[in-house]
Amino acid sequence: MTIAIPPANENSGKSLQPKGLFRYFSFSLDHKVIGLQYLVFGFLFYLIGGALAGAIRIELTSPMSDFMPRDIYNQVLTLHGTIMIFLWIVPVVNGAFGNYLIPFYVGARDMAFPRLNAVAFWMIPPSGLMLISSYFITGAAQSGWTAYPPLSISTPAAGQIIWILSVLLLGGSSIFGGINFIATILKLRRPGLKLMQLPMYCWAMLGTSILIVLSTPVLAGTLILLSFDIVAHTGFFNPELGGNVIVYQHLFWFYSHPAVYIMVLPAFGLVSEILPVHCRKPLFGYTTMVYSIMAIVVLGLVVWAHHMFTSGTPPWMRLFFTIATSFIAVPTGIKFFNWVATLWGGRISLNSAVLFSCGFIVNFVLGGITGVALAQVPFDVHVHDTYFVVAHFHYIVYGGSVFVIFSSIYHWYPKFTGRMLNENIGRLHFILTFIGFNLCFAPQHWLGLNGMPRRVAEYDPQFTFVNQLSSVGALLMAISTLPFLWNVIQSAYKGPIAGDNPWRALTPEWLTSSPPPVENWAGKAPLVTEPYGYGYKTSSSKTGSKPQEELAEEKQ
Amino acid sequence: MPNSSAFLLLVISLLVTIGGIWIGQNVNLLPVDASSNAPIYDELFKVLFSIGAVLFLGMLAAVVYSLIRFQKNPEDLEDGLALEGNLSLEIFWTAVPAVVVLFVGIYSYDIYDRMGGMQPLQTNGHDHQAMHQEQRVWGGIGAGPVESDMSKIAAPLKIDVTAMQFAFLFHYPQGDIISGELHVPKGQPISMRMESKDVIHAFWVPEFRLKQDVIPGQPTILNFTPTKAGRYPIICAELCGPYHGGMRSTVVVEEADEYKEWFNKNTKEVISEL
Repeated sequence: MTIAIPPANENSGKSLQPKGLFRYFSFSLDHKVIGLQYLVFGFLFYLIGGALAGAIRIELTSPMSDFMPRDIYNQVLTLHGTIMIFLWIVPVVNGAFGNYLIPFYVGARDMAFPRLNAVAFWMIPPSGLMLISSYFITGAAQSGWTAYPPLSISTPAAGQIIWILSVLLLGGSSIFGGINFIATILKLRRPGLKLMQLPMYCWAMLGTSILIVLSTPVLAGTLILLSFDIVAHTGFFNPELGGNVIVYQHLFWFYSHPAVYIMVLPAFGLVSEILPVHCRKPLFGYTTMVYSIMAIVVLGLVVWAHHMFTSGTPPWMRLFFTIATSFIAVPTGIKFFNWVATLWGGRISLNSAVLFSCGFIVNFVLGGITGVALAQVPFDVHVHDTYFVVAHFHYIVYGGSVFVIFSSIYHWYPKFTGRMLNENIGRLHFILTFIGFNLCFAPQHWLGLNGMPRRVAEYDPQFTFVNQLSSVGALLMAISTLPFLWNVIQSAYKGPIAGDNPWRALTPEWLTSSPPPVENWAGKAPLVTEPYGYGYKTSSSKTGSKPQEELAEEKQ
Repeated sequence: MPNSSAFLLLVISLLVTIGGIWIGQNVNLLPVDASSNAPIYDELFKVLFSIGAVLFLGMLAAVVYSLIRFQKNPEDLEDGLALEGNLSLEIFWTAVPAVVVLFVGIYSYDIYDRMGGMQPLQTNGHDHQAMHQEQRVWGGIGAGPVESDMSKIAAPLKIDVTAMQFAFLFHYPQGDIISGELHVPKGQPISMRMESKDVIHAFWVPEFRLKQDVIPGQPTILNFTPTKAGRYPIICAELCGPYHGGMRSTVVVEEADEYKEWFNKNTKEVISEL
């Protein structure tokens, strides 16, 4: 395969690529450019999704539906969910960091299929714009991001169809990315680099990509059938025509539960890269971490019906999915204990990257505990479809994935730009985000337990105060974005020069200049067999050192 | 590790365990319990809350302790311990969650059984209808303890529930009553057969700790026995359209004689008999 290992310099295709800032707006084939395109574009959609969340929280400061019309409210909550999942978290934890880091980690000069990679990214802006524009053309979809029929069949068709097309495109982009990651990790490894020597993020991306490739096509097929029901009046999911609405739920959750792991497994991988560097310790329990990722992949595919405990689900199915779901806690728990063990006895720099990673651990543990509780049928029949569930999954995807995205930006920004971020502003950002997040979502557990269903614009007046508390938290979260934005923008021009390896890290992306050249390394790709070999310099003599120690030494 | 910090760790873990269990047992986050199902639910909730509180406080303490104890000053360029893993420790923290999860699973199965979740649906008296229409009927949780004498003596009161955008209608086949408010006598087992006219709705009474989707083209069953007189909200919990948040009703749990009075006032059959 000639495309697999391109020559070190003067690749015909690459030299024609535009230079400078303009390359970020071009059909660039450079995995680093594509990674940053994903990141910046994802962040723009995070701001839009956040503004929608703000609108929801404003509506909920009073028990009456008074801030916006009811159908607009349903459009806003549908767009908020869809944007945050498909245009922010999935593209960023997979596309952005995956594209930027995976070729470095496997010792390659680019992804296996650079053109497919660029196509995968450029499918996202049109689908994102389509989704947003549906609001202005005919009104966006208003059946929630789950689009359960018959509601999705009976609400205005145009918005729902645009939503389906947009999600299909985003799913396609995700599948292209997944295939690319699998091929890159398995086939483009630098000679001499074994699978069990890869940094943990590669394993996380391998697992995630398997989930994407197995489950996303199911969502695509389901949505195509749903669009037939809407446009051609077929009866797959329409009970009036003999269809079955429960089948849709099974098919939808067959993708959408693994989608949770598509959002958090890469985050697990990123944390596993960040913590050892700043704790100056090897990642604790590498092998068990790898096995737990793969266990989560397998179990993640057989738990979907726990979203349907109050739906039409026979007792045996309720029990099976309770047990399967509960057992995901075991491999997930292993990972969290291993991270705490990585912190233990380390020499920790308490910087923004570590703070956000530790914030992630704390938030996700709470989200995981409520998750195990929700997996129990008798528990779930009370709180299903209530604010308890809203709190639970925001602890997973915001307290989990989004905290890790911020942690990763603080960690890799010096590599992306060659400049350091301001640490004090970073800590301020963390404190505001952490307090705001917990103030916003912790009270929602109580709301759900006491009788507030989700996706409502109006509620029982007894919940007013707690909702206002939650809205204050949301306001703090909105404010927390400002110091972050100021930090990343002004540091790009005025931040102190980072140098190649400001964190003295051992993983391969730090063994090149910041930002790295096209094709990643000026000379040969380094062979890093011990990406977490911290601590050996102090404990043993230099003669028994690890190969990449010397490389790191040379660079410093 | 010096003795003083070992002692500190011991104190912290004791505080975490005792504090977690205390929180789980004493912090009440739930509304009034008004069905035979609710006390069983609250029992499960307390157990899960206690385990969860201990785990969460433990992890929180471990993270905060590590960040304080192992923080380094910026000039220090030394590495930490080259500790790559510890097999027995890793086996330990694989086994402990596995045992906890197994316990939680078995315990919640028991709770589910006591709530009547595992009872075959024929026992609730709707089997004829269901078989007649050759439809599968799902749901059925909430029948309450099977062994209780109440449910054996008193035949369940059957109510048909129709959900539509954006209201619930309750039909009492016995007296041919159609009501927008659900009236039930205290202590009487109720068996509801629910079906939707348009989109998916869900019937939820927080004080009963019960919820069941109401599905078009797919009847579902929900059983409960109210135990406390009062008025409780019925809430639609499945997004069903613009007025989803306003789709609410009330369940009125009354003493037997009050219920009788309401029944007699509204029933059409009695009038025709007269």
